[in-house]
Amino acid sequence: MAAGVATWLPFARAAAVGWLPLAKKTMPKPPVDNTSRSDEILYVNVSGVRFQTWKNTLDRYPDTLLGSSEKEFFFNEDTQEYFFDRDPEMFRHILNFYRTGKLHYPRHECIQAFDEELAFYGIVPEIIGDCCMEEYRDRKKENQERLAEDTEANESTDAPLPPHSTPRERLWRAFENPHTSTMALVFYYVTGFFIAVSVIANVVETVPCRPPKGKVKDLPCGEKYDLAFFCMDTACVLIFTFEYLMRLFAAPSRCKFMRSVMSVIDVVAIMPYYIGLVMPENEDVSGAFVTLRVFRVFRIFKFSRHSQGLRILGYTLKSCASELGFLLFSLTMAIIIFATVMFYAEKGTASSTFTSIPASFWYTIVTMTTLGYGDMVPSTIAGKIFGSICSLSGVLVIALPVPVIVSNFSRIYHQNQRADKMRAQQRFRQAGWLRLANLTNESYFLDFTENCSVFQDRDSDSTALCVKNRSAFEHQHHHLLHCLEKTTNHEFTDEMNYSELCMTESVGFRTSRSTSLSSQQGAQNNSTGCCPRRVRRRAAMRLANSTVSVSRGSVQELDTLQFKTTTIPHQTRSSLNAQPDNLKLNCGEQDFTAAIISIPTPPANTPDESLPPSPAPIPGILRNTQATAYTHESFKISSL
Amino acid sequence: MGAVVGTLTMQTKQRRPSRDNADDELEMTTVCHRPEGLEQLEAQTNFTKQELQILYRGFKNECPSGVVNEETFKHIYAQFFPHGDASMYAHYLFNAFDTTNNGSIKFKDFVMGLSILLRGTLREKLEWTFHLYDINRDGYINREEMTEIVRAIYDMMGKYTYPALKGDVPQQHVDAFFQKMDKNKDGVVTLEEFILACQEDENMMRSMQLFENVM
Repeated sequence: MAAGVATWLPFARAAAVGWLPLAKKTMPKPPVDNTSRSDEILYVNVSGVRFQTWKNTLDRYPDTLLGSSEKEFFFNEDTQEYFFDRDPEMFRHILNFYRTGKLHYPRHECIQAFDEELAFYGIVPEIIGDCCMEEYRDRKKENQERLAEDTEANESTDAPLPPHSTPRERLWRAFENPHTSTMALVFYYVTGFFIAVSVIANVVETVPCRPPKGKVKDLPCGEKYDLAFFCMDTACVLIFTFEYLMRLFAAPSRCKFMRSVMSVIDVVAIMPYYIGLVMPENEDVSGAFVTLRVFRVFRIFKFSRHSQGLRILGYTLKSCASELGFLLFSLTMAIIIFATVMFYAEKGTASSTFTSIPASFWYTIVTMTTLGYGDMVPSTIAGKIFGSICSLSGVLVIALPVPVIVSNFSRIYHQNQRADKMRAQQRFRQAGWLRLANLTNESYFLDFTENCSVFQDRDSDSTALCVKNRSAFEHQHHHLLHCLEKTTNHEFTDEMNYSELCMTESVGFRTSRSTSLSSQQGAQNNSTGCCPRRVRRRAAMRLANSTVSVSRGSVQELDTLQFKTTTIPHQTRSSLNAQPDNLKLNCGEQDFTAAIISIPTPPANTPDESLPPSPAPIPGILRNTQATAYTHESFKISSL
Repeated sequence: MGAVVGTLTMQTKQRRPSRDNADDELEMTTVCHRPEGLEQLEAQTNFTKQELQILYRGFKNECPSGVVNEETFKHIYAQFFPHGDASMYAHYLFNAFDTTNNGSIKFKDFVMGLSILLRGTLREKLEWTFHLYDINRDGYINREEMTEIVRAIYDMMGKYTYPALKGDVPQQHVDAFFQKMDKNKDGVVTLEEFILACQEDENMMRSMQLFENVM
């Protein structure tokens, strides 16, 4: 419906004839429309595929490439057509946008290619229709995440060292990326070896060995070869401590390092030994000491520095925290329910193993996970029935979150594979010419877009572009609104000014002047969501326009439609593609205010410096004197 | 069995085309209306063939079914006056365009109305305006009708106007209008009084010509 608003404008303006008998004031003169009325068919050749369309269709969106005079740069005189060396498949969608007013995102296309085409044709992606917007956003987010990961992966590893790096930085890099230097690699393997040795020693020392001469009972090897194991343990701990201290020294941010998971694991791995050294050989305390030795098993987690798979597993568990939490919670609920039921079902029987509800927890867990040890078995019929229900529901409850965890793991794993592949590819590219070609393409594109935006910011040329492009529809629409104002002898204003004026109406001219100034400033502030420069240029344009329509017998008044935008994050060429589109979107989603900016006539008084010294002052002064006849304006006049 | 009967009756209902005013959206879109030939329309209106072509292309683009119903019309008109409530005035406007009174504007109604407004003689324009104001089509504009129209117009201005809209402004406007138009002070305005009074108003006559180059 968006494009059609422009179609209906002549109708709305014609219907304004109905206001004429009621009008209190004379109507303003309509804007002069110099464009030729006859429509013509344009030929657009996109890489050999010829498209034809009415010129009016393309003119609906004057802020895009095809709607503005920018397409003249692509006009081929010999064949009398516009030639674009772009993708014709994509162009089909672009052209449909002009025809129907709705931009669709083709699902089979690559999101980046689509974005590039939109950027080329000057169409803002925000106007994609609701039907395709969700898909577009999802794919774009996915793509951005992927790019972010890739850049992160590229930055963190294998980047060449900055030339002047301190030994500390080099040491840190050696620790983090063992592939970089031989020393680091050696150290990496040595620590890996010692971790393995330490873990194996921990395991083996509990295995019963043959008893020494004279004893009958089997001893664990740890006690038989006490000294050997102690030496091995000491060696491992020394290496680990040395490694930890070196890492601590080399870390760029020591606090952050100390809080990281790996360093915590390191500390936990070596602390038991030192605590054991410090603690005396006391019977009471040695119990606690034995418990501490359990923590030595955490040394196995040190392998995660060496193994990527382990890291992925850890990362998966972290990212599936919510699913795991849900699993745990539902299991707990089910356990409590079934344990209670089983307890009361088995309460009556003698020699029942279900002695209490917490005792029944064990039965419920074993049953729900389908383990079925058989140490606790229901004997009553009711107990058996509930027991079977318990085991069936256990399967269901556990099976539900598992696929989510699995899919997460698979996604993360594949991402890591991709990162490795990317690294391999980059090494190949670094070798030769591919990289060069990519760089030049990127920079060219960047240059081009940058030049475009610079072009937009320059005052002189783009003013003409802006003015001409937005003039036809906007002029006519403003003329229509102006006619309505004249009919009712009231003016449009915005909420801010309305409340101000209500309060200060009685006060007098001084406040009115300040409100007029503040309304202009407010108008400008309001439109920062829009392009602020454009408001000033619009003001300049309006001034120029007002000199034409001298029949307006009132104080210089400028209409501006302003948008309090809340959703649109960035504007490339202008806030939205075209005025008709503006209206359509804005009515539904955003606040619309029309504000009157009354600029006091001498431009020196305006807070806006970028207004060109237009011929406005003189007619303005004239107009102000004419306006003394209007009583409700009089206090404005006296302010001058 | 009941389900079978139910589905059968539903299908037959949809195939019957109906044109009464209580059409719901589904049936409206299945009804497609085509205008008479281009030559006939050219003869009946003051537009050239090419203008009619341009008009029809825009019309068809907006309403592929060929008709505009009142809701769509109100929606379209509201987009031009976003600050206020244009629905009442759009309703009266719709009735003015819908000369056949069947609740929908076809292309022919649309283009005939436009032809009068843009290319018609002064008298035709004034007659059209009179019919716009005369809500119940009895040939007279009384105070109530005028008040409705004026209120609808002021509604389009919205809440935030300068000077602020006090409660009585529409009524004053109506009083001023009647004072000007009602020559014999009988409380109603007839077509002749209306045309006479408008022709005396210089400003209005000048403004009438302003809208001629809209198309």
